[in-house]
Amino acid sequence: MALPNKPKGELKAVVNPEVVEHDVDVLIIGGGMAACGTAFEIKKWAPEGMKIVLVDKASLERSGAVAQGLSAINTYIGENPIESYVKMVRNDLMGVVREDLIYDCGRHVDESVKLFEEWGLPVWKKDADGENLDGAKPAKSLREGGQPVRTGKWQIMINGESYKPIVAEPAATALGSDNIIERVFIVKLLLDKNKPNQIAGAAGFSTRENKVHVFRCKAAMVACGGAVNIFRPRSTGEGKGRAWYPVWNAGSTYTMCAQIGATLTMMENRFTPARFKDGYGPVGAWFLLFKAKVQNGLGEFYANSDAVKDELEKFMPYGASPVTPTCLRNHLMINELREGRGPIYMATDVALNAFLDDRKAKGMNDKDLKKFWKHLESEAWEDFLDMSVGQAGLWAGANVEPEKIGSEIMPTEPYMLGSHSGCCGIWTSGPEEAWVPDVKNDSRVHKYKWGYNRMTTVDGLFTAGDGVGASGHKFSSGSHAEGRIAAKQMVKFCRDNAFKPELKQTAQEIADEIYAPVRRYEEFKDASTAADVNPNYCKPAGLMMRLMKATDEYGGGVATYYMTSGKLLNICLDLLLLLREDAAKMAAGDLHELLRCWENYHRIWCVETHIRHIEFRKESRYPGFYYRSDFPTCDDENWKCFVNSTFNPETQEWKCEKVECLNIFPTEPWL
Amino acid sequence: MPSYVDPAKCDGCKGGDKTACMYICPNDLMVLNIEEMKAYNQEPDACWECYSCVKICPQGAIFVRGYDDFVPMGGQVHPMRSSDSIMWTVKFRNGNMKRFKFPIRTTAEGAANAYAGQKGASLDDECLFLEANLPTPK
Repeated sequence: MALPNKPKGELKAVVNPEVVEHDVDVLIIGGGMAACGTAFEIKKWAPEGMKIVLVDKASLERSGAVAQGLSAINTYIGENPIESYVKMVRNDLMGVVREDLIYDCGRHVDESVKLFEEWGLPVWKKDADGENLDGAKPAKSLREGGQPVRTGKWQIMINGESYKPIVAEPAATALGSDNIIERVFIVKLLLDKNKPNQIAGAAGFSTRENKVHVFRCKAAMVACGGAVNIFRPRSTGEGKGRAWYPVWNAGSTYTMCAQIGATLTMMENRFTPARFKDGYGPVGAWFLLFKAKVQNGLGEFYANSDAVKDELEKFMPYGASPVTPTCLRNHLMINELREGRGPIYMATDVALNAFLDDRKAKGMNDKDLKKFWKHLESEAWEDFLDMSVGQAGLWAGANVEPEKIGSEIMPTEPYMLGSHSGCCGIWTSGPEEAWVPDVKNDSRVHKYKWGYNRMTTVDGLFTAGDGVGASGHKFSSGSHAEGRIAAKQMVKFCRDNAFKPELKQTAQEIADEIYAPVRRYEEFKDASTAADVNPNYCKPAGLMMRLMKATDEYGGGVATYYMTSGKLLNICLDLLLLLREDAAKMAAGDLHELLRCWENYHRIWCVETHIRHIEFRKESRYPGFYYRSDFPTCDDENWKCFVNSTFNPETQEWKCEKVECLNIFPTEPWL
Repeated sequence: MPSYVDPAKCDGCKGGDKTACMYICPNDLMVLNIEEMKAYNQEPDACWECYSCVKICPQGAIFVRGYDDFVPMGGQVHPMRSSDSIMWTVKFRNGNMKRFKFPIRTTAEGAANAYAGQKGASLDDECLFLEANLPTPK
């Protein structure tokens, strides 16, 4: 009970915030890998006097998905043909991808990685004997031809605790500190008053002082990551924070762009990673570097069984390819769990001891064996300590030593993203090159290029990283590269399209809308003696639980082992409609709560696009990520196409449509 | 695994304009109570345990206690971060300890080359800064 009814936090919100207006040429919204790539690159192309400002809701040094660090860079092409990279991504994402965007990312990504190393990121190397050197040991750089430690075909190992601060530093230097505004959460994009379908600005608020910021701009980059806490997580108490993807990614990229009419693509795609249970520690290094295998509850290494081979044959050509797509690997695991053959264990003990046995068999003496073990153990723990410390904490709390006992793995709750092994996002133009398909159609919704690489269907609005749809597997490095691609294009757009942006609403009208939850709180707080229980408003924390319950139970969350149907999806859409209406009744007593209000508003919108797309696509394109009981198979004959959706801001109506998926690279052989 | 603040060590960054943990938290969780001049985590169930606050705290006042809905008590993971390396201490519930030290950066802080003042060649091709002769599909 809270008498008198007071706001919770330290930074109280006032009803009438100060309104600050800014005029810039290019606005960069977001502060993660993509935004840092843009900030670094854009200054290399911008003419003197071009005003470029970056707005981050956190602090650039530790914002975005790489805030904690990473133990590997998952996309480094190196010695491989870029064509093979495109084919790998195409197969992993079940055939429906934009090959032009993936190839384009592939041809720029290594330059980003070489820059990271030059800036100070330690990259592991192979020495002359083929042993692993950590990234601080003297060795040739990647640019000089140094050999990275490959885990898989595309991944290289790093000592990546400071990955983000290292990448943020030159981005900040390039723009200049006066042009970086931190702790301002942009919540909506603004169209131009005079030029149709043209971005003209964005607005948000400070989470540190009672100020609303309204920007006018000629071009904008929106790179605010994917969406987390949109489905009920497996841990609903304190552990709700231990999301696999960064818990602060609220779907802002998709929602803000969709609301002004940018076409979305493949929003039916989701990522449901299989990770170490509860701690959500990474499994990549365990699979690839340590060659660990998974066992079911009967102790069987089920992945190589005849039954599994038969199951994979059902999903041709994807299932029988040499590398099983991520969703199908999940599908196999879920089959084991559904049949009661859980739990699934990563046999860390078997894997680590195999390395030791191998050295023993080769005659390694006890002293060297001890040294080798210490190095191996250190590599295993660094994988968690670099990027998922909580997993190390769980092992410490549970007395787990990975060489003695395996650890349970489990498919998580669903996430929406476009840079990892997922591909939902915004439909963008590819590069203006002859090899990019030239589709004869008047609508950008069906075209693959319209003049500015990575521009959305809205003029002047660009995106990168998790924002760009139908082209997954960029990861940290590819997102940075994509941010750099868009940077150059934004300068070109400004050169070619001179105009003076003018907003449809006044700055005060925008501020009133943004601060509505504060006004609602002030107006009604005395109607109850309890801060969070009030008939006139809802609090963001409660609304988020309501959202996650609806999606989990009706949209194919963990509650139903990812199973849904047309009937359930339509119930989900009905619930989301009510949620969207009630979102207008969220109340915020302090600035932190105002942040949460707007994040939840973005979440509701973005998950609605997800549910709409799954409902529209009458098949199960990604078995293992979600299933439709009414259309349980992957139906290439009718659905090997993109699903694009566009919200019309004038009529407030959605339009979903099929869009042709064209191959640039040979389909025989498939991989 | 939410972070928490040891009040005996926290000095609120002496009321400086940037309380370090509040400055760095990517999820806006760490706040300073000005009357007590102590920081705290205002929303523990939204903590990603990214350790940004633990690593940056100049007083070493911030620790992490495992999420109470799945981590047994008694373990702890704690870092000491310098400009070029990080030392982790992993304490198990049963009292066992492990220590690991990893490099984090090979250049001095502030030394990353932003190529300030340098310009790319042509705005009308697809080459980015430092790139030339881009491949096209074979």
